[in-house]
Amino acid sequence: MNLKAIKPNKLGRRDFMKFAGTGTLALSVVPLPVHATPVSTIAAIEKLIGSKAPQDDKVHIILPEIAENGGTVPLKVSVDSPMTPTDHVTAIHMFADENPLPDVASFYFGPHNGKAFVSIRLRLAQTQNVVAIAETSDGKAYIGRKKIKVTIGGCGG
Amino acid sequence: MAARDIKPRVKIPKKVTKGQAFEVKTLITHIMESGQRPDKDTGNKIPRDIINSFSVTYNGETVMKADWHPGLSANPFAAFYVVAKDSGPMEFKWIDDAGKSYSKKVNVNVVDG
Repeated sequence: MNLKAIKPNKLGRRDFMKFAGTGTLALSVVPLPVHATPVSTIAAIEKLIGSKAPQDDKVHIILPEIAENGGTVPLKVSVDSPMTPTDHVTAIHMFADENPLPDVASFYFGPHNGKAFVSIRLRLAQTQNVVAIAETSDGKAYIGRKKIKVTIGGCGG
Repeated sequence: MAARDIKPRVKIPKKVTKGQAFEVKTLITHIMESGQRPDKDTGNKIPRDIINSFSVTYNGETVMKADWHPGLSANPFAAFYVVAKDSGPMEFKWIDDAGKSYSKKVNVNVVDG
């Protein structure tokens, strides 16, 4: 397969602004951010875990400090959990809080996984925080965040 | 849409010890078009085309399910752990926005530890 064919096209910020400008008039009245704000990330998180207040604990994120290419950034998330039938992680949700669309992926676990661990590769539009939320079988939620610098964005932006 | 060659790949250890968690690594060649990129010529957004669902069964039992969003990179990779129980098939299924599914089957070889 030709890998070059699937690399995102280069698109400058100016081009993006031009493109956004052709949208609604509201854009010129209300200074809507070009990229999603963390508010949309909060909304995305609430959509998945409801009103649970996640605690800053247990979630570990392994991410490079600097990504030269935001198009494919390795991410590993692990959660401290014995993964027994009575006490295990049921889901890990991942978000990129400054991406145009903050949702990255949700993985659903059970005691049959043995370890609450997932490794993926994600796209990052710009320097931002990667957020991981873990839900556990006792109905609690845990959150982890890690900042990453991105030199070239990977969302065509 | 241009024809593409979509190839799922899965890697597990040749032998796994009963009762222990082993790592499962998966990769599928897919463009994962985010729906955010404008077409260079027309300025219209290129329609979204991603794999949105991924699931794995082991001896018929679902051991992993995932919802994927445009934030995943092209040629999405996923790795996770599964506890070895009995030797048997592990089946992987990816479904994209067009409703097309891609699958792969590997055999898990469990030895007593």
